[in-house]
Amino acid sequence: MSTQEKWFRFGKNLSPKRQRGLTVASFMLPLILWSAISYVPFIWHPEVRISEVGDTIYFDVDDRIDIETFQLENQNMVEAGSVPMVGERVNPVYFPAPHEVTKALYSAFVTEPRRDGEPWFHESVAHSVRVVFWGFILSSIFGVPVGILCGVFNTFSKLTEPFVEFFRYFPAPVFGALAVAILGINDAPKVAIIFIGTFFQQVLVIANTTRTVDFSLVEAAQTLGAKPGRLLFKVVIPSVLPKLYMDMRILLGWAWTYLIVAEVVGTSTGISWFINQQAKYRMFENVYAAILVLGFIGLGTDMILGAIGRQLFAWEDGRRSAFSRLFRKTKPVAAEA
Amino acid sequence: MMDVPNKLNLPSYKEQAPDVKARLDELKQQPVVIEVEKLVKEFPTEEGVRRILDQVSFNVHKREFMSIIGPSGCGKSTVIRMMACLEDITDGVILVDGSPVSEPGADRGMVFQKYTLFPWLTVMKNVMFGLEISGKSKFDAEREALQWLDIVGLEPYADLYPAQLSGGMQQRVAIARALANKPKVLLMDEPFGALDAQTRAKMQAYLLQIWEKIDITIIFITHDLDEAVYLSDRVLVLEANPGRVRELVEIPVSHPRSPDQFLSPEFLTTKIHLEELIHPSAEESQDEFEVVKMAATGVG
Repeated sequence: MSTQEKWFRFGKNLSPKRQRGLTVASFMLPLILWSAISYVPFIWHPEVRISEVGDTIYFDVDDRIDIETFQLENQNMVEAGSVPMVGERVNPVYFPAPHEVTKALYSAFVTEPRRDGEPWFHESVAHSVRVVFWGFILSSIFGVPVGILCGVFNTFSKLTEPFVEFFRYFPAPVFGALAVAILGINDAPKVAIIFIGTFFQQVLVIANTTRTVDFSLVEAAQTLGAKPGRLLFKVVIPSVLPKLYMDMRILLGWAWTYLIVAEVVGTSTGISWFINQQAKYRMFENVYAAILVLGFIGLGTDMILGAIGRQLFAWEDGRRSAFSRLFRKTKPVAAEA
Repeated sequence: MMDVPNKLNLPSYKEQAPDVKARLDELKQQPVVIEVEKLVKEFPTEEGVRRILDQVSFNVHKREFMSIIGPSGCGKSTVIRMMACLEDITDGVILVDGSPVSEPGADRGMVFQKYTLFPWLTVMKNVMFGLEISGKSKFDAEREALQWLDIVGLEPYADLYPAQLSGGMQQRVAIARALANKPKVLLMDEPFGALDAQTRAKMQAYLLQIWEKIDITIIFITHDLDEAVYLSDRVLVLEANPGRVRELVEIPVSHPRSPDQFLSPEFLTTKIHLEELIHPSAEESQDEFEVVKMAATGVG
């Protein structure tokens, strides 16, 4: 089978083995490219890091200079009879190698802040997570019910959605100055930015998803005697819950993208503050490490939520969830027409 | 038009054997459960108001099995959906046990062509849905749900989810779910339309069994004439554009029904008559060809 299987078949899935292989490759290919550029000298390495200065008066040990400058200066010094510089070809400081970033993923967490009172890296990360969490929770507390009501009742939809549709075109960051003026310089304006960035999209997305409810289920429930309250809570919401859950995962991703904007509003905090600090110190491996940490938190959260969702909504493909398997035994049943 | 049945020496569909006549007379003595009076359905279109149903009136008696057939566009589904109050009534009135209906309710249970089991609930919880609304305790609801699942032969499947069942099984659960509410009438809107021929035949037999076992009035929409004749006491034939009652046909086939009767003279003559009512404008020769072919092969 594996030798016969074609790689490109329209609309068909590959074997699970190949799918897993490609998933690994999607991470390995960028890593291989990065390693090649970092470790193979002739691919890029446009600079020279000086290890011995010789007789030059212009440069110091560990300076990084363009390779052309290095060659020109050495040529001049050789012609003048001076001792030339010695150095090795390197990539620019803003392009650290994989092993340096890997090391930074650990060292960033254990390196003491440069100044008293500044947060450790893990404190910065926690700060960021906290801001996103509150922004997203507050947005959801209002956005999800409003969205569902808009999806169910035309009155709500027509009263709410036209304005929301208009408001969502204001980029959330433009409210930064206002948020600071109203809410002060601490976390409140940051949470507000994430709220504004999420809420208006959320109402529209949730409303649209709610509208996809299979209306024949609602009709069936009506003929079983269900009144509007029960229709909403026992039919519409359970029916669209898997899709709403998926929406929430996507919206959480959007909330993350507003984080970096939110964190520079008022006093700079969190991972953005850390990234800006490290860039000032030219500790670019820490910058990459911080960016990667953002990615890991995002992807990790989404994978956990995805796994929980597969258990919560096992009924979609007629499976019993792991939760319920813990408590109940299913009778073995033979298939029947 | 009528010489085709004569060629085949079929009796008129109006000839009823004594047992059939007695049964139908008795049925007509039963109280009227559903009274449809001058029902009108219109809806606005770009060209103006379109009338789907025009002055449709008929009565359904207690314990009756009535099918409604008609060419496509005759509004047969609209009639049954108006009974369930899933469509607004433009004019006219529908009385259930003498009271006009105005909103959907458990007294008019419905089974749809689409599978409408709640996919997030087990089979058992689906059947319990209406029972819990009616205020029954969880214990009573469970006990009654199991009884109804037993009647449709699906008790062993109580803990499965709808996605684990075949289409026929899902429709049996849907029937159990509707019947569990003890409705005054069971409305069935082409309930077997999505099933394959074999499953459909099985489901027809199941439905007749259930109908004989319990005290229920059924209104059944179908476009399958065999199904209509096989299941019904009477068949209401609608015509299209706009939908009007063309004829209320009493089925002269004796009870209990069985698939053997598909080829009996009274079955065939009724079916031929229904066919003519539904396609009155078709060419005679075409009719004759169809009829002879049907009679020769025994299928429609």
